[in-house]
Amino acid sequence: MTDQISGARTQVNLVGLSKTDYRGNPSTLCQGCGHNSIASQIITACYELDIIPENIVKFSGIGCSSKSPFYFLNRSFGFNGLHGRMPSLATGAMFADHTVRGIGVSGDGDSASIGMGQFKHVLRRNMRLVYIVENNGVYGLTKGQFSATAEEGLILKGQGNNPYMPVDIAWEALVGNATFVARSFAGDPKQVKELIKAALSHNGIAVLDIISPCVTFNNQDDTAHSYAWGKEHEVALHELSFVPPADEIMVEYAEGEATEVTMHDGSKVIFKKLEREYDPCDRSAAMRLLEEANAKQWLLTGLIYINPDQPSLMDIYNLTETPLNRLPEDRLRPSKESITKVNAMMF
Amino acid sequence: MSTTQPYEQPGTSARAQTIVNDFSITVGTVNGSGSQTSNLTILRALFKMGIPVSGKNVFPSNIQGMPTWYTIRVSKAGFLARRDDQEIVVAMNPASFVHDLASVKPGGVFFYADDIRLPITRQDIVIYPMPVKQVVKATDVPTNLRDYIANMVYVGVLARMLDIQLDQIRQALDFHFKGKPKPVDLNFGVVRSAYDWAEANLNKTDPYCVEPMEATEGYIMADGNTAAALGAIYGGVQLAAWYPITPATSLAEALIEYLPTLRKDPEDPDKNTCAVIQAEDELAAIGMTIGAGWAGLRSMTSTSGPGLSLMTEYAGLAYFAEVPVVIWDVQRVGPSTGLPTRTSQGDLTFVNFIGHGDTQQIILLPGSVHECFEFGWKAFDIAERMQAPVFVLSDLDFGMNQWMTRPFKYPDVPMDRGKVLWEGDLDRLNGEWGRYKDVDGDAIPYRTVLGNRHPRSAYFARGTGHDDYARYSEDNQDWHDLLERLKKKYETARKYVPEPVIEAQEGANIGVIAFGSTEPALQEACFLLAEQGIKIDFLRVRAIPFSSQVGDFIRQHERCYVVEMNRDGQLHQLLSLEYLQVATRLKSIAYTDGLPMTARFVSDAILAMEEK
Repeated sequence: MTDQISGARTQVNLVGLSKTDYRGNPSTLCQGCGHNSIASQIITACYELDIIPENIVKFSGIGCSSKSPFYFLNRSFGFNGLHGRMPSLATGAMFADHTVRGIGVSGDGDSASIGMGQFKHVLRRNMRLVYIVENNGVYGLTKGQFSATAEEGLILKGQGNNPYMPVDIAWEALVGNATFVARSFAGDPKQVKELIKAALSHNGIAVLDIISPCVTFNNQDDTAHSYAWGKEHEVALHELSFVPPADEIMVEYAEGEATEVTMHDGSKVIFKKLEREYDPCDRSAAMRLLEEANAKQWLLTGLIYINPDQPSLMDIYNLTETPLNRLPEDRLRPSKESITKVNAMMF
Repeated sequence: MSTTQPYEQPGTSARAQTIVNDFSITVGTVNGSGSQTSNLTILRALFKMGIPVSGKNVFPSNIQGMPTWYTIRVSKAGFLARRDDQEIVVAMNPASFVHDLASVKPGGVFFYADDIRLPITRQDIVIYPMPVKQVVKATDVPTNLRDYIANMVYVGVLARMLDIQLDQIRQALDFHFKGKPKPVDLNFGVVRSAYDWAEANLNKTDPYCVEPMEATEGYIMADGNTAAALGAIYGGVQLAAWYPITPATSLAEALIEYLPTLRKDPEDPDKNTCAVIQAEDELAAIGMTIGAGWAGLRSMTSTSGPGLSLMTEYAGLAYFAEVPVVIWDVQRVGPSTGLPTRTSQGDLTFVNFIGHGDTQQIILLPGSVHECFEFGWKAFDIAERMQAPVFVLSDLDFGMNQWMTRPFKYPDVPMDRGKVLWEGDLDRLNGEWGRYKDVDGDAIPYRTVLGNRHPRSAYFARGTGHDDYARYSEDNQDWHDLLERLKKKYETARKYVPEPVIEAQEGANIGVIAFGSTEPALQEACFLLAEQGIKIDFLRVRAIPFSSQVGDFIRQHERCYVVEMNRDGQLHQLLSLEYLQVATRLKSIAYTDGLPMTARFVSDAILAMEEK
């Protein structure tokens, strides 16, 4: 199938959609904002995975990051909720149709401050959701205040010197029993894309802590959420690639060069070894490594931890095959006869 | 123990004038001691004897050790409101003994556990000691259960002294313990021993007793929270998110109890059709509820005042983004933590405007336990029809007390799922539709829900400004038009909400307006006023926005008393705002102290104002 745009034959994917079908509205974020780069990787990931946009639902809270769902997947339903309250909104909505996959976009203000409670609790419920934290260490929409992920000693214009220790999103996710914890860098689009693909296949909560520089308020070269710092300090755990269930693994890896994890839906994530041996299924190794990375000031990226087998929230509830929101009245209202029994159950 | 009465018995000579089925019993116990089982047993036994009866639990915000009271009113006339007078008082708690003794109405009766060694100074009442410890000891009760079961002694003594039938007590115990023979036998054994002891040792000198009637035929006993949960189940609830809070907790717990039997999928009995989620707080409970409502599920949450405060921001978003959800507020006494275990109608104006900016919410006001059931399902129809939050205001008195009530009635109309467009609808419309466009002139737009696969189905919901097509807009005209449409939609809601109930008397030119759990007090007050020669029409408001009958009622009467359980006269305030031109006819009678309203208070207040 092809699609005609400006007279040119456009490439389409296996479901017959062109990349245009995955676009959103033009971004109103700043030129060069890391969030725009993440939005375009979401578009590419969904296009390449042949996902019908109607099979995705988007959620966000409040802040620059939370505006971004408007800039991708216009054909997907979306709900821009309240500050820090995206996880609960998503939790309720995801019960309506278990065949739809959710992408939640949040920020460091939205998840590490006002929304810390909901962030932690959506983890322990293992709700199936790609939870992206676009992490830039600063409040953008209110013009440049420290966020809870800002490093101690960060100096921001008009704000002085940050006296507090930072919240580490990936660490919080790991401690909070998240079943998929990744960290990435908006300046590493290929890794971001592969992680999004893997996250979309994960049957549970997938936290992506993506350092996404704020070019307007927090991009000084020597600070932890800047492009320059990220490029200088990124230490990738592995080179990862996502292989959907139907696809064959095309690249052969030499013995010991790569490991793989099979996801709940049969897809695979291939980890090509870089500097170190690393087993992303080992939670305590993940904790040790995060500690080491923080001590050595690395921007550690990659899939830090994954447990593909933990039942998701939806598995626990054992709901109908038919999406709940399509159940007709006769499957929702008890029979007329039952009311007599109910009255008899009273006294 | 002594069976001779230490005092002169004023009732002795009056034994001939028995008082049958018309008095109140109050039992003072220690909370956490198992007294609720004893109290409910008496209540249910009386109900099974066919006598109209009501029970009010006045309990502390505490797990164990503080004084708690339970009042049972038997009324052959069928009046179920709380009374201030206590003809019979049972004292089981040393800590409240002095208070309990003082609370007996002159000429009344005082039963007390005889291990409480405090002076009894009153000469104007009949006094019966109860050898609680000895009776328990003499019965075959395991030592670890003795303290719990001790309260069954007063059940047995009262049964003997008031003529409560033992077989009905056994039935009540059987119900309470779900037919498990061991606890039934154990408890009944103590009741029986106490009964036998009283028969052998107490000489009845007071005038109070009960006699079987047939006045409870066609009634059941239930609490409002269970009724609400069952109503929601028959309303097809699909998601309920909640956080524990007194007095709303048992509503969600009733959902958990009854869903497995009532709501398995008829096509696959292994599968569930509703999810109940205990959220981390009320912020999340309402968030989940709104997510689900937006996505096309019948969703609800249940809470009380403090929880509602936390839900405020999302409630405003649901109003503005037009998301159907049902929110039960089982009211307790505020402000702040207030009196968490006492009843009130203090959330009315808060809920009416809940949300910042111009917000008007739809409120349903059930006035009986069976109406809690009815509004339990109806609230979903109204929410989905209006695409708006619907708040149902119950209170602790309804929610946590057992009421004699009409049986739950199966919904008499099919579900109203409102204006939802699915794939086929969008095909017919060639995908041309606007989420917030008023197509039908009733200000209710059409919506699509998550999972709709039509390529034009999706839209982006938000709490920010938007146009008819759900596009982000800061345009001044768009904003103005949107708020005006929401106002018009609120007007449309008047047709869909339950109409008031009016009880008119021939020739009455004054009226009284009330809502919710004060209904029995109002019924009885109208009767008391009639005895004084005052005819009064009674309108019970069942929803806000008010239906046209409410305005008509005010205009048809010279004066209307507005009676409610709060300090500020909140219904009076809302009626005055709505009916400004006749507002001077509205007279506020507002009172709150945490206890259910009495008929005497209402009739005295109206009498005093009428005499002015």
